[in-house]
Amino acid sequence: MLTEWQLSVLVLLYISPICNEDENLSVAAAMLTRTSRLVPGARRLDPGRLLHTGSQAPQSLAAHLDNPAPDDSPRAVSRTSEKDPARHGEQHEGLHYNIPLQDMRTLFPHSLPPRFSMQVKTFSEACLMVRKPALELLHYLKNTNFAHPAVRYVLYGEKGTGKTLSLCHVIHFCAKQDWLILHVPDAHLWVKSCRGLLPSTYNKQRLDQPAEASIWLKNFKTTNERFLSQIKVQEKYVWNKRESTEKGSPLGEVVEQGITRVKNATDAVGVVLRELKGQSSLGGFRLLVAVDGVNALWGKTTLKREDKSLVAPEELALVHNLRKMVKNDWHGGTIVLTLSQTGSLFKPRKAYLPQELLGKEGFDALDPFIPILVSNYSPKEFESCIQYYLENSWLQHEKAHTEEGKKELLFLSNANPGQLERLCAHL
Amino acid sequence: MAAPCVFWGAAVSYRLFLGGRVSLALRQGVWKAAAAELQILRLRHTTGVTAKKNVAALRRETYTVDFIKKQIEEFNIGKRHLANMMGEDPETFTQEDIDRAIAYLFPSGLFEKQARPIMKHPEQIFPKQRAIQWGEDGRPFHFLFYTGKQSYYSLMHEAYGKLLDVEKRQNQLQAKGLFSEKTKTKDLIGSRWLIKEELEEMLVEKLSDQDYAQFIRLLERLLTVECSAEEEEFVQRFRRSVTVQSRKQLIEPLQYDGQGMAFSTSEGKRKSAKAEAIVYEHGSGRIKVNGIDYLLYFPVTQDREQLMFPFHFLDRLGKHDVTCTVSGGGRSSQAGAIRLAMAKALCSFVTEEEVEWMRQAGLLTADPRVRERKKPGQEGARRKFTWKKR
Repeated sequence: MLTEWQLSVLVLLYISPICNEDENLSVAAAMLTRTSRLVPGARRLDPGRLLHTGSQAPQSLAAHLDNPAPDDSPRAVSRTSEKDPARHGEQHEGLHYNIPLQDMRTLFPHSLPPRFSMQVKTFSEACLMVRKPALELLHYLKNTNFAHPAVRYVLYGEKGTGKTLSLCHVIHFCAKQDWLILHVPDAHLWVKSCRGLLPSTYNKQRLDQPAEASIWLKNFKTTNERFLSQIKVQEKYVWNKRESTEKGSPLGEVVEQGITRVKNATDAVGVVLRELKGQSSLGGFRLLVAVDGVNALWGKTTLKREDKSLVAPEELALVHNLRKMVKNDWHGGTIVLTLSQTGSLFKPRKAYLPQELLGKEGFDALDPFIPILVSNYSPKEFESCIQYYLENSWLQHEKAHTEEGKKELLFLSNANPGQLERLCAHL
Repeated sequence: MAAPCVFWGAAVSYRLFLGGRVSLALRQGVWKAAAAELQILRLRHTTGVTAKKNVAALRRETYTVDFIKKQIEEFNIGKRHLANMMGEDPETFTQEDIDRAIAYLFPSGLFEKQARPIMKHPEQIFPKQRAIQWGEDGRPFHFLFYTGKQSYYSLMHEAYGKLLDVEKRQNQLQAKGLFSEKTKTKDLIGSRWLIKEELEEMLVEKLSDQDYAQFIRLLERLLTVECSAEEEEFVQRFRRSVTVQSRKQLIEPLQYDGQGMAFSTSEGKRKSAKAEAIVYEHGSGRIKVNGIDYLLYFPVTQDREQLMFPFHFLDRLGKHDVTCTVSGGGRSSQAGAIRLAMAKALCSFVTEEEVEWMRQAGLLTADPRVRERKKPGQEGARRKFTWKKR
């Protein structure tokens, strides 16, 4: 039978969850460690049971160091050595594959979700899980007919289910296949908290965002170095009285122009987009348009002009050009889009369906598209994720590799990848 | 503070006594007894029919024997009238019926239970008093009167006499060779000795701690030796039973839905949140709150930990499906309400022992904490206004 004070400690830890102060829990944990094992069949009450309490228990580190080897049963494999996304298939589902850091720097300069990039830095390796939505998308991409207009795929799902990382998976695949990648890491960044809004040089009604545009151009340059010299512009563009780009000069010049002359950066972006759209139909290269948080293009903005009037998204030149880009009136490539509630403005937290997040206007603009639902982890994927964390020694709690610990984590995160990652960060 | 109330007819008067403040020594006794066990002691009533100020209230008013007898008569008559009023049979009208009737006729919203109207037998209301201890010639009745604590010493004398009898009997048996050992431990479980205050009250006389300890030691010595039935009965007079701690938890019956799946429903409350949970017997650990997945309804990990507590405690984490509805309160109180509802519903699927464990863990108790009221002259419930020196 349980002694009353053991129960009172357990009750204290559960019923007053607000007091997560270290001394409180460590005192309680110390009290529990000193208890002897109870009668078998009675409630097991040891400190490790309290897996989910947030603070770091110092004794758990020592315990982990004593048993370094996690259980390596054959089913607890979480990695695959298949580095090429093109060869990822059903058998790789749930397994992590490694992306070389060099590729990471080229493909995703500043465009990873912040928590994932922190994880990459911590583990000093970038591993993505192969999941069903991504596999489905890759399958479609492999079988696209480039003579048809560009197909639009929309990844949608609840918060934290892995839409952005699936997008990254697809981008990696396309990069390996030598496509030209037009990646907008987060369209929400373009519609909120911009500092410098200038009236557009090209069109008086629109507004420029020089800072965002130049950042994007820099990233674009890093990603697609080799294409910039290959593609030639089709028209002459005059930037101002002294500078202009001649017809037939490489696209790299336009990009350079945008980066150096920040005032013209937005127009440079517009030019790039227009050129790429026109030229991808010719078949010289394949174009992947990947936009994360595409619902920003049709929502509201929080930007104001000097006279405090709200700016509509179409008045932003960047948004306008991007909208033209995701229209499927060109061929020779694909458009992969992701909806995101996290950065969206004025949308309820529980909204995740395309209809809700895009609004009527956006839905009509994007119609027809292929929706792909990204859901929470399946049990196999969950196991694999936990195994991955254990292999990287990320989970230090001694109960983390036991069945009960896994069940607790499963309950608390409900197999949501984002939640699981946040929970495991505490352990 | 007696308030004589006259009802329905001038010929008959009832007395309804308010259980007033107890005298100091007995109040301490009351709290000590409550600490020892859960029985509520009889209420006490201090003085005064008069309307004078109770300045010298420490000296207890003496009630004459006639006065007490008159009170008892009036109480009995009042009891019969009350029974008639309530439409019950006056012959079989018990004290519980009286209590219920009074609570019905005089509903009181007072929090202090002792401040509510009561109608009890005068013996329970008026403190026991000692009759005059000496006769007309001035000679005391009791032979131990001049010891000062006559009842105590007579009790000790009686107990010691019994002890000597028992020992004499034992010696006789031993001499005859029929002595046999017998251990008596079964009496002691479930009962406790009288505490000092209770003994004082029984003897109507003040005792000191040493006296009390001596008496208890004597009784225990009496228990150790083998004694006959009358001695047992004598000792049992000074023991009170201790009620068993665990209350019986109401276990919800199982219900079966269309597919034959067993489920159980129950409710829970916390602060101002009310929740109703339906726990299905077989499931995969999905929980839906107001139709929304619990991960979306409770984005904070703390709330989800609260939901996890009952299942984790019973080691049934992925085994049940739950559908619940909740309203009112805030985020944390809704989580607490759902937790209570789920724990109560789980009782139906679980053994009695585990129900007891859950009760001890506090899963089945509704949290009584509510928001404390703001008092006038203070900024909040506890916070005072900023103190300015001048």
